[in-house]
Amino acid sequence: MTDIPKLQFAGVQKRFGSNRVLNGIDLEVMPGESLVVIGGSGSGKSVMLKCVLGLLSPDSGSIKVDGREIIGTNGSERAQVMRKFGMLFQGSALFDSLPVWQNVAFGLIQGRGMEPEPAKAIALEKLAAVGLRDEIGDLYPAELSGGMQKRVSLARAVAAQPEIIFFDEPTTGLDPIMSDVINNLIVKSVRELGATALSITHDMASARKIADRVAMIYQGKIIWQGPIGEIDRSGSDFVDQFINGRAEGPIHMQVRAN
Amino acid sequence: MNLLAAIGRTFITFLTNVGRLVLFSAVSVSHCARPPFYFRLIGRQLIDIGYYSLPVVGLTTLFTGMVLALQSYSGFARFNAESAVATVVVLSITRELAPVLAGLMVAGRIGASMAAEIGTMRVTEQIDALTTLSTSPFKYLVVPRLIAGLTMLPILVLIGDMVGVFGGFLIGAYKLGFNPSSYIRSTWEFLEPVDVISGLVKASVFGFLIALMGCYHGYHSRGGAQGVGAATTNSVVSASILILISNYGITDLFVNR
Repeated sequence: MTDIPKLQFAGVQKRFGSNRVLNGIDLEVMPGESLVVIGGSGSGKSVMLKCVLGLLSPDSGSIKVDGREIIGTNGSERAQVMRKFGMLFQGSALFDSLPVWQNVAFGLIQGRGMEPEPAKAIALEKLAAVGLRDEIGDLYPAELSGGMQKRVSLARAVAAQPEIIFFDEPTTGLDPIMSDVINNLIVKSVRELGATALSITHDMASARKIADRVAMIYQGKIIWQGPIGEIDRSGSDFVDQFINGRAEGPIHMQVRAN
Repeated sequence: MNLLAAIGRTFITFLTNVGRLVLFSAVSVSHCARPPFYFRLIGRQLIDIGYYSLPVVGLTTLFTGMVLALQSYSGFARFNAESAVATVVVLSITRELAPVLAGLMVAGRIGASMAAEIGTMRVTEQIDALTTLSTSPFKYLVVPRLIAGLTMLPILVLIGDMVGVFGGFLIGAYKLGFNPSSYIRSTWEFLEPVDVISGLVKASVFGFLIALMGCYHGYHSRGGAQGVGAATTNSVVSASILILISNYGITDLFVNR
């Protein structure tokens, strides 16, 4: 392992109007590591991820990939960084106008200019790796169940062999068994690629399965981080309340708009 | 005081939206000129906007030409100017009615579907997914629609011109008792190339505006099904208003040239 983090956040801030969503995020993910960020709804998890992906611009702070600043980059410089990324979206975000195999091969064909034939071969191989038969490749996303869509989305995320894979609530909306299947596939895919993974979730079963290290975000700040094995003795009341799913504790969920 | 604040807020929102639209247009146009080009997607949009809009544009202009012949005949008969019917039909259709009516019909058919499609892609994170797959949503979604709108509407209007004039001819020759060959001669007699060209220029501008409004409202839609519904409505309303306003501007340019 090198000393340069694969992904590094330093003092990242983001506000929407008067609502400060990210309040100085400091976080590092080392190469080959799987970091899971846990936190409640509205804690800033998704915004943090969107800042790395360039879908939102932070107000201040720094985000580095392989030691190189990515905030403010655009054009070919940004495209180069994006080639290192793979992303599994919460709602799968499959292109419903394209058959499954074209969804999986999309990054290869459109992003990297690969010919459709070899791209299809890779897509079918990736689909097989997530347990989907070749025939599924010709179906459209609307014809698949939620769990199958998640698998296709996972196959799409890893198809272009990214160096860093982001998982946004990978098990949301799935039954416990399918959640476990997806978790296993995530672990397998990340290990096979030797990729670095950054996941955000509020599903502790998922976090325990896929994380090497866990960080907890609360009110736009990382309030605790450590190896997954230490999460039950974190010494943080916030973490304890969250992982045990208690309504009572230092975290007060906003139950009505003020 | 509250009233002033409300007016100020509305004005600032209006300016923000105008600025956002101008930026969106500038970025979209700049992407039109830079590779990569998605020719397959451009082709699909050309067929969607051009071929599939033919029936609605054809029917609209056919009946407009027929009504125009009837109306102008009954009006002109009051001062014995029935012979001007063919000229009035061809000039009205080519200069005004075909481009404006085709524009409004296509705004309803295509503008709405563009806003709904892109809006759904926005709220289901498909547009974000495009970005993460190293594909510009502008190049992939907006550029093909703008190019198709810009190029297909003039072709639709040219066909609409012919169908509309044919509609007037049908009524003139078979209902109002004009001699068919003299009706056709009157149609050609006072028609100048600029009459048709001005209509085609309008059609191009309208096609661009329809596609721009559909893409813009879809791209900026928020909040699920309700947001997509609002985007759809806004795209049709704003495209229709812009068509009517720009129609005056272009007409003024051609009339006062």
